[in-house]
Amino acid sequence: MSPPIELRAGLVRPGFSLDVNLSLPGAGVIAISGPSGSGKTTLLRWLAGLEPADTGFIRVNGATWEDTASRTCTPTHRRPIGYVFQEPSLFPHLTVAGNLAYGWRRLLPRQRTLSQAALCRTLGIDHLLARRPDGLSGGERQRVGFARALLREPRLLLMDEPLAALDTERKAEILPYLERLREDLAIPVIYVSHAAEEITRLADHLVLLDQGRVTASGPLNDLLTQLDLPLARSLDAGVVMEGQVTGYDTQWKLLHLSVGKGGVTLRVPHHERPVGSRLRVRVLARDVSLSLDAHSHSSILNRLPVVVGEQAGGEGLVDAIVALDCKGMPLLARLSRYSVAHLGLQPGMQAWAQIKGVAVLG
Amino acid sequence: MPPLIDLSPSDLAALWLTLKLASVTTLLLLLVGVPMAWWLAFTRSRWRSVASAVVALPLVLPPTVIGFYLLLLMGPHGWVGQFTTWLGLGTLVFTFAGLVVGSALYSLPFVVQPLQNAFQAMGQRPLEAAATLGASPMDRFFTVALPLAKPGLLTATVLGFAHTVGEFGVVLMIGGNIPDKTRVVSVQLFDHVEAMAYPQAHGLAAVMVVFSFAVLWLLYRKRTEPLGGC
Amino acid sequence: MPFARLFPLSLLSLASLLSAPVFADDVQVAVAANFTAPLQAIAAAFEQDTGHHVVASPGATGQLYAQINNGAPYEVFLSADDTTPAKLESEGATVKGSRFTYAIGTLALWSPKDGYVDDKGQVLKGDTYQHLAIANPKTAPYGLAATQVLDHLKLTQATQSKRVEGQNITQAFQFVQTGNAELGFVALSQVYKDGKITSGSAWQVPQALYDPIRQDAVVLNKGKDNAAAKAFVEYLRGAKAAQVIRSYGYALDAATH
Repeated sequence: MSPPIELRAGLVRPGFSLDVNLSLPGAGVIAISGPSGSGKTTLLRWLAGLEPADTGFIRVNGATWEDTASRTCTPTHRRPIGYVFQEPSLFPHLTVAGNLAYGWRRLLPRQRTLSQAALCRTLGIDHLLARRPDGLSGGERQRVGFARALLREPRLLLMDEPLAALDTERKAEILPYLERLREDLAIPVIYVSHAAEEITRLADHLVLLDQGRVTASGPLNDLLTQLDLPLARSLDAGVVMEGQVTGYDTQWKLLHLSVGKGGVTLRVPHHERPVGSRLRVRVLARDVSLSLDAHSHSSILNRLPVVVGEQAGGEGLVDAIVALDCKGMPLLARLSRYSVAHLGLQPGMQAWAQIKGVAVLG
Repeated sequence: MPPLIDLSPSDLAALWLTLKLASVTTLLLLLVGVPMAWWLAFTRSRWRSVASAVVALPLVLPPTVIGFYLLLLMGPHGWVGQFTTWLGLGTLVFTFAGLVVGSALYSLPFVVQPLQNAFQAMGQRPLEAAATLGASPMDRFFTVALPLAKPGLLTATVLGFAHTVGEFGVVLMIGGNIPDKTRVVSVQLFDHVEAMAYPQAHGLAAVMVVFSFAVLWLLYRKRTEPLGGC
Repeated sequence: MPFARLFPLSLLSLASLLSAPVFADDVQVAVAANFTAPLQAIAAAFEQDTGHHVVASPGATGQLYAQINNGAPYEVFLSADDTTPAKLESEGATVKGSRFTYAIGTLALWSPKDGYVDDKGQVLKGDTYQHLAIANPKTAPYGLAATQVLDHLKLTQATQSKRVEGQNITQAFQFVQTGNAELGFVALSQVYKDGKITSGSAWQVPQALYDPIRQDAVVLNKGKDNAAAKAFVEYLRGAKAAQVIRSYGYALDAATH
């Protein structure tokens, strides 16, 4: 089965070149990350049809949007995309309602399925409809930008560092909206960002770019745990998993989460959440320690049986990162090299992972 | 004591002709100038600076120079004249159409430059956003570019109109002073002065000054916004 | 000029009696545009003969009039008509009794095309042309003369739609020369030199068909005490000047020369 989104682009500019070949899933949030100048925005703009490539091929869910070999190229306005720019780019001569209606009005009636009212409620902008863009805060403007792009009912949503122009407070304010959107949307989102926070909270798939070339592309957790990538060796190295709430311990205020395919249960101090709701959790490598036997008398809440995998040097080669597998669920542990040698850790060994902290995202 | 403003029927005819000329010229310039300004604002071609200089030439050249070369070009020996004759239109010299062409060339930068500035100030971003929302190039032009360029459009219209009303040198060279066809107010005024008919000259000049002032005042009035809250 | 004033008039008179004066002066002459070329020729001879230098300012008669009234430094005025100097005289801007006719303009119907204009002007009656150029009759005496000719020939109605007006005789000439008007009424001096038409074909319009275009000269108040101005005016009435004027196609007033 061919992948839903195929991208191949080659372009050369003064001082910069892009050469990518990507196969991406047709659903979920695909994050594109890399240092500045790596070509993330150029790639996104090319995908939208705003930049020409010397050679290009775009196929999205069966429709070919561009093929330089056969000289076909669908112009931007005919690609079923939504685009959110880094700076809120609302039309200053229209009200919020006018902005929202812009894309919506250009759809055929049978194409309109979304409820504008519901979307506005989700994004918290329903009270702003009569205002003009220059009377809104940066955060409000960006939320209107999301809504406007979505009301176009695109089949692919493109977001170019949408939170980069906002301050920390606004970012924190908007991320929950984006997480909510992520749950509601059935369409794939390509999200350019270099903020680890946004990526860990939102991405399902990650593409790493460096100097116009793809250095890695795969499911988020795979890339996070790949020891040959710098991600796994950074100070914030860790794993991100989807979990489902299975229960709540009201006495001790503990949330029971089932994560991974193997049904591993984690207990997390947290306020209550309804059973069955899905949550994303992150476990940092530095919050995981290893023991060869299962201590029961310990303050650590979560002790899981794991199989030891490969190891790699941590940042600066002072310590080590060890890959672990717990019933199919990957984990990373950051240990001193001394400990690794002292415990005689080898791939394939059984051990116990002690997880000191689980962060519930969103 | 003679009336302060003494306008003869021939003066009124000249005024009417002038208004007609300015209106037609401004309309023509807007139709031609908008695409020109658009191209100048957004093109990445290396001919851009050359084209900008050419558009700005009428700002610098004396109108009589423009008029003189038009006289030669549009005459029976010039290539424009030969072209129009071939089309069966005769030559444009001494005709209203010829004045429109001459005035359009003379007032070109006054229309193109404000438009170009307005488009440049708008930038590409609003148009890109509109494209991602499904608007075709024509659609984006009418629903986004024009509304955002409205102040520039207004300036261009008013300046083009007012500049044509005041035009003299070009008309003098190619008009032939034909009543109701090429005898515009500026030439009429000049004739009164030459014939030493000063009261008539004063009357006509007064009308022109009042009209020009009113037009410019209207233009500037719309621009300023009050400072402060009260 | 201030330099000369320092010396007694007697010395100056003595100097002017000799062929080569000790002190040469400037005289500011405002001249109608159509007479510029003959004036230059006369001025050159004048300077050779007297040593005085002519500073010429050509222009449209109406403009020169306005300038004179507003303080222009002209000392002698050579007009394209006779009414303007008369007006200046009645306004007291001139030296009494200094006005005279220095030339009589002659009208010609001309085309740059050889053989186009016949020597009887019959081409006017025909339909071979689309535009007939004349100078503005309201402001230029040659234009007025042209309308008089057309009236005389009873062709005013027939040529009305074909008439185009130049602001002055020079512009009328320009219209014809560039081909925009097939023919036009111009000053003979514009197409005549040393006894014949310089180019194209022309009809020298008989004087009987229009009022004489008298071009009058006058000494302005500013030139009252300038001996060079006086000398120039005298020279203009002299035989040498007469020769030049005739060679350019102007007629002369018997009363003057």
